[in-house]
Amino acid sequence: MKVYKYGANVDTDVIIPARHLNDPSPAALASHCMEDIDASFASTVEEGDIIVAGPNFGCGSSREHAPLAIKSCGVKCVIAPSFARIFYRNAINIGMPILECPEAAEAIQAGDTVTVDFKTGVITDETLGRTFQAAPFPEFIEGIIQSGGLLNSLKARGVAK
Amino acid sequence: MGMTMTQKILAKAAGLDHVEPGQLIEARLDLVLGNDITTPVAITEFEKAGFTQVFDKDRIAIVLDHYTPCKDIKSAQLCKQAREFAHKHSITNFFDVGHMGVEHALIPEKGLAAPGEVIVGADSHTCTYGALGAFSTGVGSTDMAAGMATGLLWFKVPSAIKVTLKGKLQPHVSGKDVILHLIGSIGVDGALYQSLEFTGEGVASLSMDDRFTISNMAIEAGGKNGIFPVDEKTMEYINGRVSRPCEVFSADLDAQYTREVVIDLDKLEPTVAMPHLPENTKLVSEVAGLPIDQVIIGSCTNGRIQDLRIAAAIMKGKKVAPNVRCVVLPATQDIVLQAMAEGLIQTFIEAGAAVSTPTCGPCLGGHMGVMAEGERTVSTTNRNFVGRMGHVTSEIILASPAVAAASAIAGCVADPRKS
Repeated sequence: MKVYKYGANVDTDVIIPARHLNDPSPAALASHCMEDIDASFASTVEEGDIIVAGPNFGCGSSREHAPLAIKSCGVKCVIAPSFARIFYRNAINIGMPILECPEAAEAIQAGDTVTVDFKTGVITDETLGRTFQAAPFPEFIEGIIQSGGLLNSLKARGVAK
Repeated sequence: MGMTMTQKILAKAAGLDHVEPGQLIEARLDLVLGNDITTPVAITEFEKAGFTQVFDKDRIAIVLDHYTPCKDIKSAQLCKQAREFAHKHSITNFFDVGHMGVEHALIPEKGLAAPGEVIVGADSHTCTYGALGAFSTGVGSTDMAAGMATGLLWFKVPSAIKVTLKGKLQPHVSGKDVILHLIGSIGVDGALYQSLEFTGEGVASLSMDDRFTISNMAIEAGGKNGIFPVDEKTMEYINGRVSRPCEVFSADLDAQYTREVVIDLDKLEPTVAMPHLPENTKLVSEVAGLPIDQVIIGSCTNGRIQDLRIAAAIMKGKKVAPNVRCVVLPATQDIVLQAMAEGLIQTFIEAGAAVSTPTCGPCLGGHMGVMAEGERTVSTTNRNFVGRMGHVTSEIILASPAVAAASAIAGCVADPRKS
């Protein structure tokens, strides 16, 4: 599980450029993920890899295609000090794990081997030999995640036809 | 503890007497909006979840505005999917080519947003309707699907930044300069997870079009919404457009704010945002003379009639510089008609600008003005991210209609006060 590291304010236009939004299939989105800031990402990313970035990750457009692209690449989670609010909602709603942890986002370096325990929010950087504690999700949001996304949680509640 | 305007609207929509910042609530929605890029993803999720009915066919709006009139086969497929869904569910407010406009100019124009309402849209610039004293915010496609199915959505009640406006704008300075100045001051995450609540005696002097532009770019400061108090200008705007009853909310005197930012409108100068973040602001006088290849005047930020009047006044009787392509995109069909009636379209065409049917096209690098390698555009749009409008090495300078028009004529970044 290797780490890809990016800076502050990674916007959804670079996560998945608008020129590729005319095909929202997961495979198409994955093949262009991050291409405007990291041309080699889509060809080198492997199942279980992690993205670590600076503050305000996912700012800009509301396109859900952005967390979908990252998820479709097999990325296990994104760790950042903060997320733009629409990206945060979208990630939760589609079941793409994100963790807010400023200390981890700063310390973890590209290429480090990192494991994450989603139950406890503990992030372990095996390369550095350090552990970090991510902020826990509020109970309501944890419920959405546990249901497997927003629509599943609504179905379970029987509030839609 | 008192509540802000946003908190009061959310409390009412959640059926609560009081809400606190950080509280998670479920609110009733007055309108659920989507476009041709986000709606198809929402439809797929809606159908995959097994939903068969929308909560209210009159409270959903679908606007095919981003890649339309369709730029390629894949875009046409997306529009077809949205069109078929709209017909199947008898969506009242479905806007196709010929009727559509850039959604955030169209929705207020059609009377689909009103003071006190709760509106979500699967488009980040849905925050535009804060100009009317509504709570409106951008969400994703799964949120749109949930909203279409239930008419409900979860929100975290935001804290707020109070933005106090003093004085009055000077000539050639407009709402775009106000919001660029604010984003430059607080940064692209300066209002993250928060409301921007505009207030102060300076509000009264701002036109509705200025307010729409300001609320529109609240998201560019990370804001959840950007909201204005309701006054005579608001009521004048909705009069004849909105016939349903609406409720006017105002912030409590003891409402709590995390901070206050004061902007003296008298002192603002034409402002631009340099590549590649909206917070990289400069006074236009600091960067005047920088060579450019293209000028775009339009979008949900600045494609309204006031924007076109400002641009046309500067371009009248002059010619677009030979090194520049200038594209003007009135945001809705009504704005096209109004601009024709006032002779603005003729002014643009005689100046050597191309005039387009309404579309979001160039703003997101779709069509109608995509840039090649190393090119630079002065644009009245809202984002100047890497590759946003074309090639990854192209550059966008965000500006007001006045700066854009002056730059088109000068052939370089130009100060409208000197044109």
